[in-house]
Amino acid sequence: MPIGDLAPELAVLLTAVAVLLLAMVLPQRRHGWCALLAAAGLALSMAFAWAQSDAHRLTFSGTFALDGATTWARFAIPGLTLLCVGLAPRWFATDRRHGEFYAMLLFSTLGAMAMAGAADLMQLVMGVLLSSVTGYVLAAYHRDWAISLEAGMKYFLVGALANALLVIGVVFVMGMAGSTDYRDLAGAIPDNPVALAGLTLVLMGLFFKLGAVPAHTWVPDVAEGAPAPAAAFLTVIPKLAAAVALYRLVALTPETQALPLLVALVAAATMTVGNLCALWQDDVRRLVGWSSISQTGYALMAVAVAGAVPDALPALLAFMSVYGIANLLAFAAIVELRGRTAIADYRGLIRKHPGPAIALTLAFLSFVGIPPLAGFLGKFALFVATLEAGLAWLVVVAVANTILSLFYYLRVIGPAVFSRPEGAMATLGGTARATFWALFALLLATTFLWSPVWSALPRALLP
Amino acid sequence: MLTFAILIPLLASLVLAFVPLGEVASRWTATGAAALSLVALVIVWAGGGDGFRAVAEVPWIPTLGIAWRVGVDGMSLALALMSALIFVAATAWPLKLHDARAYYAWMAFLAGVSIGLFVTLDLIVFYVFFDLSLVGMYFLIGRWGHGDAQHAALKFFVYTLAGSLLILIGIIVLALNMPTLTFDMRAMIDSPPLAAAGMVPGLVFLAFVIGFGIKTPVFPVHTWLPPAHVNAPGPASAILAGVLLKMGTYGLIRIPLQMMPDTFARWALPLAIVGVISILWGSIVAFAQDNLKRRIAYTSVNHMGYTVLGIAVAGSALGSETARQLAMTGAVVEMIAHGLITGALFLIAGAVWQRTGDYHLPNFGGLAGPAPRLTGAATLAAFASLGLPGLAGFVAELHIFLGAFGVYPWLAAIGLLGILITAALFLRMLRQMFFGDLPKERAGFTDLDRTETALLAGVLILVVLIGIWPTWLLSLIDAASLIPTPGAGG
Repeated sequence: MPIGDLAPELAVLLTAVAVLLLAMVLPQRRHGWCALLAAAGLALSMAFAWAQSDAHRLTFSGTFALDGATTWARFAIPGLTLLCVGLAPRWFATDRRHGEFYAMLLFSTLGAMAMAGAADLMQLVMGVLLSSVTGYVLAAYHRDWAISLEAGMKYFLVGALANALLVIGVVFVMGMAGSTDYRDLAGAIPDNPVALAGLTLVLMGLFFKLGAVPAHTWVPDVAEGAPAPAAAFLTVIPKLAAAVALYRLVALTPETQALPLLVALVAAATMTVGNLCALWQDDVRRLVGWSSISQTGYALMAVAVAGAVPDALPALLAFMSVYGIANLLAFAAIVELRGRTAIADYRGLIRKHPGPAIALTLAFLSFVGIPPLAGFLGKFALFVATLEAGLAWLVVVAVANTILSLFYYLRVIGPAVFSRPEGAMATLGGTARATFWALFALLLATTFLWSPVWSALPRALLP
Repeated sequence: MLTFAILIPLLASLVLAFVPLGEVASRWTATGAAALSLVALVIVWAGGGDGFRAVAEVPWIPTLGIAWRVGVDGMSLALALMSALIFVAATAWPLKLHDARAYYAWMAFLAGVSIGLFVTLDLIVFYVFFDLSLVGMYFLIGRWGHGDAQHAALKFFVYTLAGSLLILIGIIVLALNMPTLTFDMRAMIDSPPLAAAGMVPGLVFLAFVIGFGIKTPVFPVHTWLPPAHVNAPGPASAILAGVLLKMGTYGLIRIPLQMMPDTFARWALPLAIVGVISILWGSIVAFAQDNLKRRIAYTSVNHMGYTVLGIAVAGSALGSETARQLAMTGAVVEMIAHGLITGALFLIAGAVWQRTGDYHLPNFGGLAGPAPRLTGAATLAAFASLGLPGLAGFVAELHIFLGAFGVYPWLAAIGLLGILITAALFLRMLRQMFFGDLPKERAGFTDLDRTETALLAGVLILVVLIGIWPTWLLSLIDAASLIPTPGAGG
């Protein structure tokens, strides 16, 4: 087991430690340097991932899969975290523990990367737990703001339950199948109620990370209450990792009918609940939170047809990438507007701050799937895969939900573009603004880069 | 050449979005772009040819069978030409505006995507343009409309997106049933997928009919149309009625009729009935409206009903081949004629709003005195719309009903009632607006200025030309080639 195989993960880990030490020695007003160090570490991690991008093997005694999906996660997770780091410096400028935020962010990133590459149930538990525990801290980082603490508390309560179920599920599966190694489990999980219950419980743990029904309740609170850069991180990065982990797990049991059906039902429920709850939200951050739940629902369509059609995995990865970029862009616009969150405050936004207004419009239209924005191509790939597998009912549910979702997105876009502005609105500026424009450019670029990226996405998984 | 016709307006819209031009310069940039598109399309027309011509293809996502494919046959070329013309007239139409530059940017954008929709040969690109036309119109209505414009824009967007997503499902299922995954329209027309009878083709057909039916619109999914029209600025209404509605019927011909002819033939009768209901419903409800724009809007439902009836007859695989060809010719001519006539009517309505800020018909009267040119144009357009012989509407409706009597005589007979009611409602409208006494508050009503007169004349001359000498249009459309040979599959 060559230690170099985990160079991207180790780079994140060591950077996290270094950031923590740096934050201890620097005076608070210089904590911005920690952001720089964190960014450098993430970039280094991506460079290592680049060097290993054509690996296709299991490593560390078969606990970690080096394959296309891991490579994708090793680019997407640190890459998008890097942008979250960019949003943070001015936001936390007055926070006593500004520097430590980045360390916590990096540990959470590490957890996500471990989750995405896990080829062993124990490793999966480790990744989920690391990502969750750090997530609670990130959500409650505004320690003297009740809403932030509430968000962290809710995240923790739901998470503790889901993680406990996950561990119990792993025990069940291990007891029935005799192993936690995906190589041994592939196609060999016995088709009995206990093993099935175990798998369901494991899925529950991942549904929590994805923000899928029934473990979705934390998402709107975190979106509203967590510091906006942390909310951006928590509604995107763990989801990317959990989507890959979930796909790996469902692909392990190609002949079980129950699991894909369960995922399909959860997908339908998740998109519907997310959209219905978003309909009358008057708080933009909560609205984005609920919308991110519904987006998870769409993504789960690809998991429901995992293994049945060859394009399911690339559809999932493509959709999650675009979702991640668009969701970060929406949060970046909110950060740039200093976290303003009441819909009424967004009236006439386009006349005062055309950048954030256009960005929100583009991000929302990308969520809806209006072509030629990349969100359309992601959704299109999902629809093709799902229809090819014969789950037409699920596509119909997704279409109905898409129409529903347009309504609440337009509740924000309409007043922002059509109304007259009232009162002034401050912006954050600094690296947040630069990151915002980088995300803006990235979302537009995905539209044009879709074709090469699509053909580069992996079709097959280990083991 | 067709790619140019799409890109020039889109580029113009980018320029308008970023370069700080004045109001007049913006207007002429957008108009010029639409005019250049028109010229490009005329060049393609002059090139002649049969079947799909001026074809170009650039790969986009080869693994999914998606490519930038453009090319036109007679029907799509005629529709694209008509759209470009309406766009020239609507963009050049003088208007008092706030944020003029953004308005003209959206107009140019809409011109590009509308022309693109008619000339593309790839179903995904078609879908892209279909959706973008909604986005463009949403912002035009919401930002520059009056009354409850935001609500109307929202309703329009949500309603028509519902339709377009159904179309997307249909498109994907069609493509998945091709031997290799492709979204090339020509391939699907040549070897129609989903040939067998059964549930799936029926459901796909239903998805297309509802999807395109919303856009057309047909009864009972037309309810988004009146508020959208009433609250939109005049030129945007002209585009909505003249160009965007045609996307529905064009799609109905291009996709269900040409790509799944057998399924279409099985369901032609219900579709024809829907068409007839739209004819009657549109005309009766239009008759009851006191709002000028609402009235014209409902006559759109009525006229698109004729088109749907014609399409249903053409795809019915019943009666004689001549009858079906007549109906198809009529349907396409109706699209062109309705585009020109209703475009003109909405521009006139826009002119009235510009001068009075009012659409309530009983508040008008006697405008023939102060505004003879406006009266002349409105009278000509109204007569054309009610199907007076010698004008374009008559040619279209004559063909449709000749065809329909050969296939569904009873339906055709019922549909004729619609023409009667339309005649009554237009004559009443003319009387209310232009004759009788001029109300006091309308004193000082000014006639059309020179630009307005010239633009309306340009559109209406074509209406007359098609009415008295339609051969050039009929030979361009070449309806025989549009109807797939029965039994060829699909």
